[in-house]
Amino acid sequence: MEIILAIITGVLYASGIYMILRRSMVKLILGIILLGNGVNLLIFLLGRITKGQPPIIDSTEKALEGIYADPIPQALILTAIVISFGLQAFAIILVKRAYKVLKTDDLDQLNTTDEDS
Amino acid sequence: MTNDIIILPLVVHLFFSILLMLFWNKVNFQKVVSMVGNAIALCVAIWAFIHVYNNGTQIVESGNWPAPFGIVFVGDMLAVTLVLLTAIAGFAVSVFSTISVIKARLRFGYFSVFHFLLLGLNGAFLTGDIFNLYVWFEIIIISSFVLISIGGEKNQLEGAVKYFALNFFASMIFLTALGVLYGLVGTLNMADISLKIAEVKDTTLVEISAVLFLVGFGIKSAIFPLYFWLPASYHTPPSAVSAIFAGLLTKVGVYALIRVFTLIYGGDSFLTTLLLFLAIMTIFSGGIGAIIQNNIKKVFMYFIICHIGFMIGGLALFTEVAMAGVIFYLIHDIIIKTNLFLISGLIYRIKATTNMKKLGGLYAHYPKLSLLIAIPLFSLVGIPPLSGYWPKISLILASFNAQEYWFFGALIFGSLITLIVIAKLWSEVFWKDQPKINFPKKFIYFDQLRLGQKFTFVFPVAFLTFVTLYIGFGAEHIQQLSQRIAMELMNNELYINAVLKR
Repeated sequence: MEIILAIITGVLYASGIYMILRRSMVKLILGIILLGNGVNLLIFLLGRITKGQPPIIDSTEKALEGIYADPIPQALILTAIVISFGLQAFAIILVKRAYKVLKTDDLDQLNTTDEDS
Repeated sequence: MTNDIIILPLVVHLFFSILLMLFWNKVNFQKVVSMVGNAIALCVAIWAFIHVYNNGTQIVESGNWPAPFGIVFVGDMLAVTLVLLTAIAGFAVSVFSTISVIKARLRFGYFSVFHFLLLGLNGAFLTGDIFNLYVWFEIIIISSFVLISIGGEKNQLEGAVKYFALNFFASMIFLTALGVLYGLVGTLNMADISLKIAEVKDTTLVEISAVLFLVGFGIKSAIFPLYFWLPASYHTPPSAVSAIFAGLLTKVGVYALIRVFTLIYGGDSFLTTLLLFLAIMTIFSGGIGAIIQNNIKKVFMYFIICHIGFMIGGLALFTEVAMAGVIFYLIHDIIIKTNLFLISGLIYRIKATTNMKKLGGLYAHYPKLSLLIAIPLFSLVGIPPLSGYWPKISLILASFNAQEYWFFGALIFGSLITLIVIAKLWSEVFWKDQPKINFPKKFIYFDQLRLGQKFTFVFPVAFLTFVTLYIGFGAEHIQQLSQRIAMELMNNELYINAVLKR
């Protein structure tokens, strides 16, 4: 299972970065979304995958014993998903506005701010 | 529960940002509330600073969870000093915003978002949990995205796209680094990580996570190969927004670098060599960039990059003297960079342009104002006894003692090029006669403003100049403070013991 997740994470990172390097603004957003998902999977994977051992302390015991699933990575991923969702929503609106005003989708055309004024 | 004082700055900003949302359309009322809110935040920050100065590091555990398990807020000297500087800069910029930002922008919740930005900054300085640091960073960047794009001008949107793409990418790298680090040590509390990272056998993975942190924070703090988003975006929003970005957003990246590379990855030889190289290149590229620009705002932007190099280099030297220099420089830099962009806004209001070729004759028409502006400019260069001079002594001494002559040379080069560019700026903008250009008719010039409005324009600049003068002439106090912070940073067991209560 780990190996499949590792490969998927790698593919998501690679495709995300490839998309960010493209010239289109829409592809930039797609790249950001893919990269965000790649990061989430990475955290999930690095928190170690344990099957069938929930982190719940039995009523007869005081502490967790043995190997159990770590709940923290899931909390981290949940937070990261919510944050990146908000940012992606903002990004889509920003790109839409930018397209309306600048009338281009090509990132190479965005060079008026570098001109001497 | 007197130590709860250190989270009061967060509570104040959260309260005011929510309060301002309730008065969405009442712009004039918002102006007053925001100024009052920032004044209160300044008082609270001073109180917190004095409390920590007298009683040492203070800890607040959220939900009373003991340290390695719950999120802790740590008010050590570095954190509260930066909170105090944030409050000073925030107060000045909020006063400046009331007059310089047009109503069309203010109607879209400018002040509310501004308080959220300050909330995020304060949170990032105070938190002791590395994932919580990520969350505060996200609050900072999402507020800054709104501030940079509010108004929706062509330039702004263009800058915003670039700013957004690279800052979001930086956050993703930061999150990746965090994931790798969590996989290695299984904890998120920075003090606890610092203890456990020493036991990790796989040092390659530790270095990989460190380099990922370096890239993530490096993009945010605009160091050498990663700074290209900054000159493309920082000059596009109104001057008040540029001022808070210049003063604090890049510095929060520097703060994160200082915190992570002293507490977690202290003194790793590969990393220090890398950081030193990047610092030298940052100083050179920033300095050379500043020399060829003709727009005042762009010149100042390249100065931000150039002077980030001073701090990163001092961090790389990793001695107590160098660290004291870095902290002193950080204190000086936050105030001065905020002030420079406020000055650029003031010059824009006087002449309707910030292009040096079109400017001129400011000294002849506004001698008193020119004198006021001269003080921060000279402080930036570091003419003794003004504030830029003192940290450079520590940095140069430390680089000489460590026999890092390249960095030594870069420091001299950076200072010299700052001097040259400021001399050029002074002669072009202040001494040269006004060239004949067509002034736009539909523009409210500084002369046409009422006395109260003029005062509101000049007051924030004067206030920050006064703080700069205090840093320069009261250098002994600041130096003692910097040495104390440097001592705390270099002996990180003080921080760890305070957090974990050992």
